[in-house]
Amino acid sequence: MTETFVSYSLIAVYSAMAIYTLAFVLFAVDLARRSAESSDASAARATGLASASAQQASVMVNGSSAGGTDTLTTAGASESKIVAHSPKSLKLAMAMTVLAWVLHVGAVIFRGVAANRVPWANMFEFTLTATALIVGVFLIVQFWQDLRFLGSFITGFVLIALGVGTSSFYVDVVPLPPALQSAWLVIHVFVASLSTGFFALAASLSIVQLMQARREAGKALKLRFLDTLPAADRLETLAYRLTVVGFVMWTFTLIAGAVWAERAWGRYWGWDTKEVWTFIIWTLYAGYIHARATRGWRGSRSAWLAIVGFLAIVFNFTIVNLFFKGLHAYSGL
Amino acid sequence: MASTHSSDSTNGDSAADNSVTEGDSTRPSDHMDAPAPAPQSKVQQPRLSLAGYARFFWRQLTSMRTALFLLLLLAVAAIPGSLVPQITSDPNGVIAYRTNYPDTAAVLDFFQVFNTYTSVWFSSIYLLLFISLIGCVLPRTKHHFDALRASPPKTPARLSRLQGFTTRTTEADVDTTIASARRLLRSQRYRTELYGDSVSAERGYLRETGNLVFHAALVGVLVTVGIGGGFGYTGQRVVVEGYAFSNSLASYDSFNPGRFFTDDALDPYTVALDSFEPVYEQNNRQAIGQAIDFTANVTTTVRGEEPQQSQIKVNEPLSLSGTNLYLLGNGYAPVLTVRDADEKVIWSQPTPCLPFDANLGSTCVIKIPDGLDQQIGMLGFLYPTTGTLSSGALASVYPDLISPVLTLEVYEGDLGLDNGQGSNAYALNTDSLEQVAGRTSEAETLRLTPGDRLELPNGLGSVELASIPRFVSLDVHHDPSQLPVLLFSVLLFGGLITSLFVPRRRMWVSARTDASGTTTIEYAALARGDDPNLEAAVTDFAEKHSQQLGVRVDS
Repeated sequence: MTETFVSYSLIAVYSAMAIYTLAFVLFAVDLARRSAESSDASAARATGLASASAQQASVMVNGSSAGGTDTLTTAGASESKIVAHSPKSLKLAMAMTVLAWVLHVGAVIFRGVAANRVPWANMFEFTLTATALIVGVFLIVQFWQDLRFLGSFITGFVLIALGVGTSSFYVDVVPLPPALQSAWLVIHVFVASLSTGFFALAASLSIVQLMQARREAGKALKLRFLDTLPAADRLETLAYRLTVVGFVMWTFTLIAGAVWAERAWGRYWGWDTKEVWTFIIWTLYAGYIHARATRGWRGSRSAWLAIVGFLAIVFNFTIVNLFFKGLHAYSGL
Repeated sequence: MASTHSSDSTNGDSAADNSVTEGDSTRPSDHMDAPAPAPQSKVQQPRLSLAGYARFFWRQLTSMRTALFLLLLLAVAAIPGSLVPQITSDPNGVIAYRTNYPDTAAVLDFFQVFNTYTSVWFSSIYLLLFISLIGCVLPRTKHHFDALRASPPKTPARLSRLQGFTTRTTEADVDTTIASARRLLRSQRYRTELYGDSVSAERGYLRETGNLVFHAALVGVLVTVGIGGGFGYTGQRVVVEGYAFSNSLASYDSFNPGRFFTDDALDPYTVALDSFEPVYEQNNRQAIGQAIDFTANVTTTVRGEEPQQSQIKVNEPLSLSGTNLYLLGNGYAPVLTVRDADEKVIWSQPTPCLPFDANLGSTCVIKIPDGLDQQIGMLGFLYPTTGTLSSGALASVYPDLISPVLTLEVYEGDLGLDNGQGSNAYALNTDSLEQVAGRTSEAETLRLTPGDRLELPNGLGSVELASIPRFVSLDVHHDPSQLPVLLFSVLLFGGLITSLFVPRRRMWVSARTDASGTTTIEYAALARGDDPNLEAAVTDFAEKHSQQLGVRVDS
């Protein structure tokens, strides 16, 4: 039975990866479309203004002001339309992402059924579950804010992670060692993975924020799709709100981990390598939250901190798990 | 009038109207909430007195920029401790590192890198950080305490400049309108105050309370870890099936007392290991032999009480007289009986062997200093389930005791125990010993299964493998800081959530009646800190209030 479910899980995850790839391409197409439309729009705006001033010039002659105002209004409307209407490529990309995610979650569930326990007890399973949570957070956040422009970033990141996970981290289903047989495995690891989802989304917003800030500062950036995205300070606000949710979960992960460590290893804190890096990440994000309340640090500087924080998470998950000696030796590799 | 950036206040603390928010003078001068710094003129600075320097230094230390710098420095300073083995978490790693890289180790020793988290430099960083934190939080606590008893500030003159500004009209008179607005604000847990024909309200004091609780709890964690931890101790002890140990200093194999530990802190009790039952995977072909359960059945006796039977498992420590007993390791402890040439038993006891692989292949060291003509040392390899590699060498293929073999290489000579220096019981120093049975001697390695008895070389006597009981290694911990640290952590977490998610906002409702008898009501609000739902909150309030008054919506 186990083998059957394991193969279902793998089929589901490979299918999900194929569809994520399609979604990634469609999201990229959408970004290209935004670039194209934005340059159309600026061209249109330029002509609109030109014709407006031409008409205004004629207004002087005719003594009527109506024509000029009309033209200006039309130009303005066509510009706001870019943001408002949601084109086919983006809708299709989101549909693909949802479909891939359903398969992805299916893979997680099949893996859990195959192992007869929660599917996050080794590197392969961490990767499988954490990426599902990252996409899950991405999808659910859309009900709150339209962040679909992050689609290419998120699906790209998840694809790379799943690629590495299935090829380099794969291990067969084995029973849990006694140290992992605890309710804390369910809680501690799940919350840690979920916070990764929020941090991933926030980091991608911070990256866009940095690009947007450069563009707003007048630096030449040939990424015209940025015209269609929110302003840098708006992106920063969104990134901050997601980070704060992630930070609360990370704090919980730390406390829950300490409680579990006391049960399993006899001490709640022992500067094990994984504990050290969890602490470093916590401190970095605490720094980020403080930076946003410090004059001269709000904006791009704090955005860099959020990105460094997320890099530390990726480092903690990969390099620390694989190469650092410590008690959290559960990669299964 | 400094009402320049009210649109800014949704995404942060940057206060809008100075007449409204007056800045928060108790915040560090570079906090977003503090009044904006006055432009610096290039006038020559007056000389600072000693107190002036002290004040300057204190202001620097408690500034946001310093706190931020120290936080990031702390993160960076924690990194070396994850790259280099630490004495507390990986003592054997440190020993190996010192042997392999003596030169680097000397440098690392100088910088206390093997003790990163208690080193002078790491401690300085977090102590400075905490001083900065306390210096920042104390004045804020006083200010918040005052704010909790103060009234909401005066209604600003022009509400239209503020967030979520909206108006409604009603036939009701001003007094009725304001009174009902006040009632509604109170029911939404706002604190209110009347100013003329307006009501000023504020809510969300819990945000700042949570923030202060969070920071105070951090200090609490640090202090309880620092002080409470000093009264604790940890001890390690190997116990073989059928044997017992008592909670006294002499019976521990190793013992780490806290700074304030005294001997009488040890509550005398005994723990006897009745049996140890491991369970190994037998069906899953990918994981044959993987441990899936460990259970130590023990009988505990606390002085003056009846003996009790209990279990210790991984993840399920046993609480006993204020200590916790953890099951951290296990292995085999073969009982060897050594007789001299006259058949007299001179040695018969279990020897805990150190496992070196997952199938519990183990090394055993037996030292017999007295009783035979020569001092004898034996180096053994125990294979619980014996298999043969293609090279012909033995190996353990499964961790349970199915077909055990113990091989012994025998040495004679000077064990080096008489020079007064302590020696490692788990290692055999063969410098002054000669192998008399084994790979490099004439006699072959002894090979025993349970019940076997073989002659020792050179007519020294005989050795018998009587039985192979199991042992467990137990950690005994007493840590009085545990409970307070947990309580502070819960406070910390609660404080964090309220400080981040409880919106702190001010709301104003103002009314005036024109000549026709129509009353116009103005609503506006101001965020203090991140407040995503501010505008919606004003609109909702205006709607509810209008409905209560039975007004017609302003067209």
